[in-house]
Amino acid sequence: MRLILVILSLFLLSGCSIQPWVKPYERQNLADPIMSFNRDPSANSYMHHVYQSREGARGAEGGSGGGCGCN
Amino acid sequence: MVQKVARVVAVAVIRFKIYLLLVIMVVLPGATQAAVVPEDRTDILYHSYDGGGITIDGPSILVRKGDKKSYSVFGQYYVDSISSASIDVEVSGASRYTEERTEKSVGVDYVRDKTTMSFSHTTSSENDYEAKSYNIGVSQDMFGDLTTISLGYSQGDDIIRATGNDSFEETASRKNYRLGITQVLTRDLIMSFSHETVSDQGYLQNPYRQQRYIVDINAPTLEYTFGPEIYPNTRTSTANAIRAKYYLPYRAAIHFEYRDFEDDWGIDATQTEIGYTHPFGEEWIFEVHLRNYEQSSADFYRDLFLSPTELNFMARDKELSDYTTSTIGFGVSYEFAKNGYGFIDKGSANLFYDRIQFDYNNFSDLRGLPAIGEEPLYSFSANVIRLFVSLWY
Repeated sequence: MRLILVILSLFLLSGCSIQPWVKPYERQNLADPIMSFNRDPSANSYMHHVYQSREGARGAEGGSGGGCGCN
Repeated sequence: MVQKVARVVAVAVIRFKIYLLLVIMVVLPGATQAAVVPEDRTDILYHSYDGGGITIDGPSILVRKGDKKSYSVFGQYYVDSISSASIDVEVSGASRYTEERTEKSVGVDYVRDKTTMSFSHTTSSENDYEAKSYNIGVSQDMFGDLTTISLGYSQGDDIIRATGNDSFEETASRKNYRLGITQVLTRDLIMSFSHETVSDQGYLQNPYRQQRYIVDINAPTLEYTFGPEIYPNTRTSTANAIRAKYYLPYRAAIHFEYRDFEDDWGIDATQTEIGYTHPFGEEWIFEVHLRNYEQSSADFYRDLFLSPTELNFMARDKELSDYTTSTIGFGVSYEFAKNGYGFIDKGSANLFYDRIQFDYNNFSDLRGLPAIGEEPLYSFSANVIRLFVSLWY
């Protein structure tokens, strides 16, 4: 919990004092589809389901999640 | 009692942080660019899982459409066709069974300036399990769109039945609290942090599973038999994950992920993943990834209990044992109609294959009725296939 608050505070403080250091016209690499964390949501969601059904851990998989009780 | 108090406190802390973040997001000024609605696309997917005596396959269809400015709606239909003779089925003496699970989801995303609000509803239905869940989320772009903060809440309610026992019906409920921060660090590096707390209440075990115990610890020859499992009726877990993606100088990307998990059942788990994405020409994208997962067993898990009343809670589910899973996966995507075809802007055909190895450290393979002390540890591997076509329009 403390870790979250520290990280959040750093983000907020840096954002209040520093101008955006990556300009919009410098983001063509970040906009490339290969840089997406969730390029294929349907296929990724299926893999989360495969692991959730067979592993004890759950949560923070990225994406919206849904918490369906589909074991 | 202590567990209950701890759970209530944990939930209250998470709620407070959500309120705090909502206030922060309202107070902070927005910048110039608006958030972007999800793309209009359709995914038609065939999925297959084959391993450990279980075969599950079926289709999944996702259709998403919006006005490209302020809203996007989606619907998803998903089917699991299951044929199972898993080690649990074999050891219990039951025969292979087949069943089908159908999942349906609908949802909407609404964008206003730099804020995206989401709502979705999912139902899952099979002959002995009904589940429904609601999910709401809000995300806010800020600091020149270098930072995105997202919050989410889900609530699920399940009804559990048991085939062959018409009088059996139990319920369980679940609440998920999510926090996500995505940060652009350089023109080539993006990172994200995710946190999720999940709180369960109700009947949290599998009605078909059994635990194993020694009939008489003082007998000259030890023998074991099986009895009902006893689970706690609450569970609270937290998971934190960090992900990073880096764009290489020659148009390729590497990604890294680390996830840490713990719950009040005593399970601790870590997951690491690395991957590499490499396009060839304008049409092809290749991907390879490695994933490793390790977990410790739950406090009330035993492969063999010393008596039928050794602990207040008793379980022998392999998902609660000490084990590792290792995955190697490959993927290839072919993009077509990149200049449009009819109403389609572009499309892609994709094939992903993953091989998962499960190695259990304190869950024995009881097939063949081995004597106590001579049981081999269980392990198996699974093949997972995702074959799908995506269309953008």
